[in-house]
Amino acid sequence: MANMSLKKNEMPAQDPHVRNCNFQEVALGYTEAMALDEATRCLNCKHSPCIAGCPVEINIPAFIMKTAQGEFEEAYQIIAKDSSLPAVCGRVCPQESQCELVCVRGIKGEPVGIGRLERFVADRHIETIKEKPVKPESNGRKVAVIGSGPAGLTCAGDLAKKGYDVTIFEALHTPGGVLVYGIPEFRLPKSIVQKEIDVLKELGVTIRTNMVIGKSVSVDELLDEQGFEAVFIGSGAGLPTFMHIPGENLKGVYSANEYLTRVNLMKAYRPDTATPIKKSSKVAVVGGGNVAMDAARCAKRLGAEEVYIIYRRSEEELPARAEEVEHAKEEGIIFKLLNNPVRILGDEQLCVTGIECLEMKLGEPDDSGRRRPVPVEGSEWTIPLDTVIMAIGTSPNPLIKSTTKGLETQKWGGIIAEDPSGKTSRDHIYAGGDAVTGAATVILAMGAGKCAAKAIDEELNAAK
Amino acid sequence: MYKILKKMNLNPTVTLMEIDAPPIAAKGEPGQFVMLRVNENGERIPLTIADFDRQKGSITIIFQIVGATTEALNHKQEGESLQDLVGPLGVPSHVEGLKKVAVVGGGVGSAIAYPIAKKLHAQGTVVHSIVGFKTKDLVILEDEFKAVSDRMVMVTDDGSYGEKGLVTDALKELLDAGELYDEVIAIGPVIMMKFVSLLTKKYDIKTVVSMNSIMIDGTGMCGCCRLTVGGETKFACVDGPDFDGHKVDFDEAMQRGTMYRDFEQKCHEDVCNLYKMEVK
Repeated sequence: MANMSLKKNEMPAQDPHVRNCNFQEVALGYTEAMALDEATRCLNCKHSPCIAGCPVEINIPAFIMKTAQGEFEEAYQIIAKDSSLPAVCGRVCPQESQCELVCVRGIKGEPVGIGRLERFVADRHIETIKEKPVKPESNGRKVAVIGSGPAGLTCAGDLAKKGYDVTIFEALHTPGGVLVYGIPEFRLPKSIVQKEIDVLKELGVTIRTNMVIGKSVSVDELLDEQGFEAVFIGSGAGLPTFMHIPGENLKGVYSANEYLTRVNLMKAYRPDTATPIKKSSKVAVVGGGNVAMDAARCAKRLGAEEVYIIYRRSEEELPARAEEVEHAKEEGIIFKLLNNPVRILGDEQLCVTGIECLEMKLGEPDDSGRRRPVPVEGSEWTIPLDTVIMAIGTSPNPLIKSTTKGLETQKWGGIIAEDPSGKTSRDHIYAGGDAVTGAATVILAMGAGKCAAKAIDEELNAAK
Repeated sequence: MYKILKKMNLNPTVTLMEIDAPPIAAKGEPGQFVMLRVNENGERIPLTIADFDRQKGSITIIFQIVGATTEALNHKQEGESLQDLVGPLGVPSHVEGLKKVAVVGGGVGSAIAYPIAKKLHAQGTVVHSIVGFKTKDLVILEDEFKAVSDRMVMVTDDGSYGEKGLVTDALKELLDAGELYDEVIAIGPVIMMKFVSLLTKKYDIKTVVSMNSIMIDGTGMCGCCRLTVGGETKFACVDGPDFDGHKVDFDEAMQRGTMYRDFEQKCHEDVCNLYKMEVK
């Protein structure tokens, strides 16, 4: 008989007033007892809507059944068939809008805590499995992967398992892409990302850091001169967007990319690192997505007394995960919803002194289906501040496009690629993840990397 | 990787390093830069490529010791390696089709101006170099500039070497004497580039400056290096570092450059103390 509790087992977490002063992980993970109990809430429905709700179609009921029986490694192996990064996705996937959204238990009460169970199973695997993955026999064929974020890591891992000689090219000095420079330590510990990367190395994948494709070497050189038979572009969406309002170049205005890179990649929060970051006391983060929440929560942890989220729509439209919004609120982030910045104010030294906002109200739905924010005339007001962080989105870096002839892209910069193979307008060149879709989720990027690996394998096999 | 092949102190605060970096040496062009980290917890800093040897697979960087990172870099010895080095980044300087150019270098900026002068000279452009330093002890690359210049003017602020005065004085003198240049390329402190640009504006001579903004990734990802050029926001790392000097908002760039001054000063002191302790 299933456990008919209407509520999920709660996720143990650090106390909000303790955690908003440290960078350790917020959510502490289920205990074995919690996982066993939560797993019995799954009804193992015949039509399993959760599987279709998962972008990579993990056999969710099967892994939860194994979990309920205490067969955690077996559960892990079921997830691993479809996902290369379970410990990462168990933490950062928006389950509430995917698998858990369609969970039958969610009709009356809360859905099964699928994400929390995935995390438990993945962490248990990492803790207990000591043997290293076996390096498959090489088939001697070289494939290049550009970018070491979720798309690239997945594509590289899948190809390496099939025996390909895979080289990942990473522009920064540490592999991991957005998992390392973007998502903060308190949401995704870097040691977990490192473990996934270590697995790839065990599988024989070569990772070349400090290689900017399009500058250090071009895609065509990889194909024509360096002997790679195919290239997968998973270079992400790394270009920051600004609002183009007055005052954006004042000192104290950051893109979320810059702020998060200083904090996460360069570890500016640690006293033993050399990268500077502003000691802020009043911070506004403009935007309502996960990146905005991450930036706001980082600012709080760095000692800011007041941290605001300024978002032009209402709470309902916030693109961030509900859990992240909740966590941010608990940590004391102040939400100024239905407000849009019109200019940033500064002093004679060009330092930020405040931000002027215009109140908004919601009008008719726009193209995205969300109600369009409309300014309220004469509602200008000012928040005194010393720091502004722009977290209003990113787009793909044009560097690869501009240095790869014949590679077609959308007007906004996304590489045009077939779904699901990732084939681009150029032979032997595949692409996937944010470089194709614009900023999206880890799991979608991972799914794209998987599909492209399959397509690359098929192409190269056919050409044998 | 990134081994220091040669190290030389050009003056008490400026050091030259030749570094083993075959992929960068193969592609690098004057005007481009590298990002480097000296050690594991170090920051990423941009430095312009001062020279490269494609055959040997090495690049040369010339840096002034101004903060913690350059201090730490200066403590690296021949045979040791840098933690990270990536490049070549940025857009190469445009030199095609130039017949006669005045290359203006100020202080350590001369190290960035030199490879451009060298390339211009190699393609047959008439090069007039004006290089300026605070005082005689700080003069660098004099012979190098002489070798690639049809005419060279050395100035020092205090008159202890060459002519007394600023590079703008020397440039004005040449312009007033009737020299006609297709372009002026000015590289040095922001304040120097500002005044060179103001001067050449009066003479209506196209002027290119190289902006050394604060950067983190150097690939267009963070936007930290943004500056205003002709009313538009540009990123020095991917749109530059070369820009039209008549359009750059130098005052804003100078202010942005001071963003972390206090932090940098403290870090520099900390690092210096650390090295002093090691010596003891």
